[in-house]
Amino acid sequence: MKKRKKGFSILYIALCFLFFYVPILVMMVFSFNSSRSLTKFEGFSIRWYEQLLADSEIMGAVSVSVSIAVLATLISTVLGTLTAIGLSKTRRVLKEWVLNVNNLPIMNPDIVTAIGLMILFSSMKFDKGYMTMLLSHVLFCTPYVITSVYPKVRQFDNNLANAAMDLGASPFQTLVKVIVPCIKPGIFAGMLLAFTMSFDDFVISYFVTGNGVQNISIIVYNMTKRTNPTINALSTIVIAVILLALLIGNVVPMLVNRKKNKGLKEGKL
Amino acid sequence: MADMGNCIIELRGITKNFDDQQVLRGIDLNIYENQFLTLLGPSGCGKTTILRIIAGFDEPSKGELLFNGIDIAKVPPYKREINTVFQKYALFPFLNVYDNVAFGLHIKKVDKSVVRQKVKKMLSLVGLEGFEKRDVTLLSGGQQQRVAIARALVNEPKVLLLDEPLSALDAKLRKEMQGELKKIQQEVGITFIFVTHDQEEALSMSDTVVVMNDGKIQQIGTPVDIYNEPENRFVADFIGESNIIEGNMIRDCLVKFDGFEFECVDKGFKENEEIEVVLRPEDIEIVEPERALLVGKIVSSVFKGVHYELIVETAQRNYKIHTTDIHEVGKTVGMVMDKEDIHVMYRMDY
Amino acid sequence: MRHFKSLVRPYMIWSFLLIVIPLLLIVLYSVTTGGNSLLNIQFTFENFKKIADPIYRQVFMRSLKVGLITTLICLLLGYTLAYVISGFKERAQTTLILFVTIPMWINTLLRTYAWISLLSDNGIVNSFLDRLGVGRLSIMYTDFAVITGMVCDLLPFMVIPIHTALAKMDRSLIEASHDLGANRRQTFWKVTFKLSIPGVINGVTMVFLLSISTFVIPKLLGGGQYVLIGNLIENQFISVGDWNFGSAISLILAIAILIMIWATRKIDTSEGGER
Repeated sequence: MKKRKKGFSILYIALCFLFFYVPILVMMVFSFNSSRSLTKFEGFSIRWYEQLLADSEIMGAVSVSVSIAVLATLISTVLGTLTAIGLSKTRRVLKEWVLNVNNLPIMNPDIVTAIGLMILFSSMKFDKGYMTMLLSHVLFCTPYVITSVYPKVRQFDNNLANAAMDLGASPFQTLVKVIVPCIKPGIFAGMLLAFTMSFDDFVISYFVTGNGVQNISIIVYNMTKRTNPTINALSTIVIAVILLALLIGNVVPMLVNRKKNKGLKEGKL
Repeated sequence: MADMGNCIIELRGITKNFDDQQVLRGIDLNIYENQFLTLLGPSGCGKTTILRIIAGFDEPSKGELLFNGIDIAKVPPYKREINTVFQKYALFPFLNVYDNVAFGLHIKKVDKSVVRQKVKKMLSLVGLEGFEKRDVTLLSGGQQQRVAIARALVNEPKVLLLDEPLSALDAKLRKEMQGELKKIQQEVGITFIFVTHDQEEALSMSDTVVVMNDGKIQQIGTPVDIYNEPENRFVADFIGESNIIEGNMIRDCLVKFDGFEFECVDKGFKENEEIEVVLRPEDIEIVEPERALLVGKIVSSVFKGVHYELIVETAQRNYKIHTTDIHEVGKTVGMVMDKEDIHVMYRMDY
Repeated sequence: MRHFKSLVRPYMIWSFLLIVIPLLLIVLYSVTTGGNSLLNIQFTFENFKKIADPIYRQVFMRSLKVGLITTLICLLLGYTLAYVISGFKERAQTTLILFVTIPMWINTLLRTYAWISLLSDNGIVNSFLDRLGVGRLSIMYTDFAVITGMVCDLLPFMVIPIHTALAKMDRSLIEASHDLGANRRQTFWKVTFKLSIPGVINGVTMVFLLSISTFVIPKLLGGGQYVLIGNLIENQFISVGDWNFGSAISLILAIAILIMIWATRKIDTSEGGER
C-alpha cells in the first residue's frame, strides 16, 4: 500500500515536471539542430548561435535587457533599502500610506501599471525609449525590494545601531557598517527579485518603450509569427545563465551553512 | 571604597517626557571619577532613561547634563567619551569576537597594530584570550557579556554605562560576574554607572546606590546607609524585607508606635511629628512575653533555607520576623529590638 | 536612529509621481473624451457605457471563462502536486520546490515561445500524433493551446502557497485525527484540506488575477482573433488609439482586482484570527 502510494507520488511529480520542462528542453535541443526543422533533429550544429551573435537586432535587445536589469536592480535596491530603513522610523499613519501606495504596483495587473506610465510619459512629452523603460523598471522593482527588506529592518535590533553610535560611528557609518550587514539577506532577496522581474518583464516595457528600443521579451513577441531557431539559441543561453545563477544562489549558501555548522561543532568540542 | 575624585558627570534638574508622560521629574545627581554607582529601582522608574540620556540616545526635555563641566545634552552619542554595555549585549552578529571588540577603534581609524595590541589586552582582561576568531552568536551568555564589556572598554571611555547587563544570565553566573565586574572596574579605574532592579546586586557591587521610583531619586547613599537608614517607606520596602509601622516622634530619641514608647537613636524630627518606623525582620528578637512590650501570637512559621520566617500577630498588626530558632505556631511571644535597630523615617505623602 | 526618518522622503515623492499620478491619469482619461490632448477634454461616461456593448461584454465573459478554467485546472493539478511533495522528507521537499520555482525565473515570453514550437501545425506534438495514426490536429490558436500555456505559466503560483501551508502544518494533528477514529479520506477533508485553505485562497487569487489580466499568452498561443481583456486594452492603446476607452477598461479591471485582493485578505486574516 505504502509503496504504491510512493510510486504514484513519483510518477505524478515526474509528469508535472515534464509539463514544466519539456518545452524548455525541446527548445534547447533544437537550438543545436542543423536544420530549421522543429520536429526532426538533423544533426548537431551551432549555426543558430552564430546567427544569433551576428544578428545586431537581437544582440541589441540582449544588451538592453541586461543593462536595464542591472541598472534597475542597482537603483531600486538602493532606493528600496533606504526607504525600508526610513519607514521603520516613520510615524504609523505615514508608514501605512507609503506601504499601501507601494503595494499598488505589486497588486495591480501589469497592464494597468503599464498604460498608466504610458499616459504619464506621453502627457509629459517624454521621448519613449531607453530612459522611460529604465524609469518604469525602477518603478516596478522598488516595491519588491521594499517588501523584502522591510521585514528585516523591523527585525533589526535597534540596540545594535545604538551600540555602533555609542562606539563612535556616525549615522552614516552606522548605516553602512551595522544596519546594512544585518539586513543583507533581505537586500539580496530583493535584488534577486528585482533582477528577475526586470529581466522577465514584457508588458510594461512594451508600453513604455519606443524609437526602436526593445528588450528580449519585445523582440520575441514581435518574432513569433515565424519560428526562428535563433530565438531557441537565445532562450538556451538565457536559461543556462539563469540556471547557473540559481545554482550559485542556492548551493553556495548551503555550503557556507555547512561550514558554519561544522565550525559550531568544533567550537563545542 | 574608592576615593571620590572630581565630579565627572553632573545632572541638573533633568526631566524627560515621552509624549504626555513624564518619566523623569527633576533629577539632580553628581557622579564622580572612579565611582561605581548603581541606579536601582523597579522597572519603569526612569533609571534606564537616565542611562540613555547620559549615553546620548535620548535628549532630556529639560535640564543640564554636564560632562567635566560642559553641557553635552545635545552632543550625539558618537561624540561622547562614554561607552555602554547593553542589556542584551547588542553584539554585531556578522562580526567575530575580534572585530566586535575592534569596532570602535576601526571607526576611529586607529593603526592596525595598535588595534591588535589593545584588543588582545582587553580580551585577556575579560578572560577571553584565544576567542578572537569565534562567532559571537555561538558564545554562551557569559562569554557574550565579556565581549560586550571588552568592546566598550577598549575605547578607554571615561565612563562606562551598564544597562542591566547581568539580567540575562542565570543566578550562578550572575554572582560570578558581579565579582568580576567589580574587579574590572578597580583595574581600569574609571567610573561605572550600573542600572539594575536587583537590590542584592546593587548592594554588593556599588560604592554608591541611587534608589529611584516614579521618575524621582528617593535616596542616594552607600549600600550600608541605604540598607540601615532608609529615608522613606519606598526605600525600606524596596531594599530588603521590613516591617513598616506608622508612629509619632515624641522627641529626639523617643518614638511611639503601636501604643508604646521606645528609645531610639534618631534626632532632628519635629515634636510629635508623624513618622514611619522600619524594623528589619532579622532585628527583632523573640523573648518571653513578660519581658517585652510588644506581645503577640505566632500564626505561621515557614522555613526559608537558612532561617525561619515567623508571622506574629499582635492587636495592631502582623510582624514579620526572621530567626534561626524553632518556635511553635500558636505560642504567645514577646518581641524586642535594640534601639539602634529602630529606624525612623519621614512619612511619605502618597 | 531618528536620523534615518528622512530616508523615506525621496521615495514618497517618487511614488507619488510614478504610482499615484499615473493611476489618477487613468481615472481622468476614463471619464473624458478628447483623445490624447488635454486641452479639449470633456467629461463623459460614454467610455463605461461602451463596455456594455455585446462585443466587449463577450470579451469580458471570455476572460472570466478562461480565468476560471485556468484557475480550476491549476488548483486540481497544483494541490495534488503540493500535497504529494509535502509527503517527502524535508530536504527532498526543498529540492522539489526549487524545481517548481525554476520556471518562474525564466522569461515568460521565451517559455510561451517554446510552446508554440511544440503545438504548431508542424510541431512535435502533431508529428507525434501523426505517427500514432491519430492524424494532425489544429492545436494552435484554440482554447486548449491558450489554457495549456497559461496553466504551465501559472501553476507554480498555485503550488507554492499551498505547499507552504501544508508544510507548516502540525503533523500531530493528522495523527490526532487518526487516533480519534477518522479514516484517511475523512482526515484529509476534515483536517489537512481545512488547514491548507489559506494557501489555497492565496494560490487561487494569484492565479486568477494573473490569468484574467494576461495578454501575452492569448496573443501568442491564441492568435490575433483571441481577444481577452488584456488584449482589448492593448488594442485600444496600440492599434485603435482610443486611450479613453482603454483607460475605462483598465480602471474596471484594476478596481475589480483590488477589491478581490482586499476581500481575500479579509478572509485570510479572519481565518487566521480563528486560530
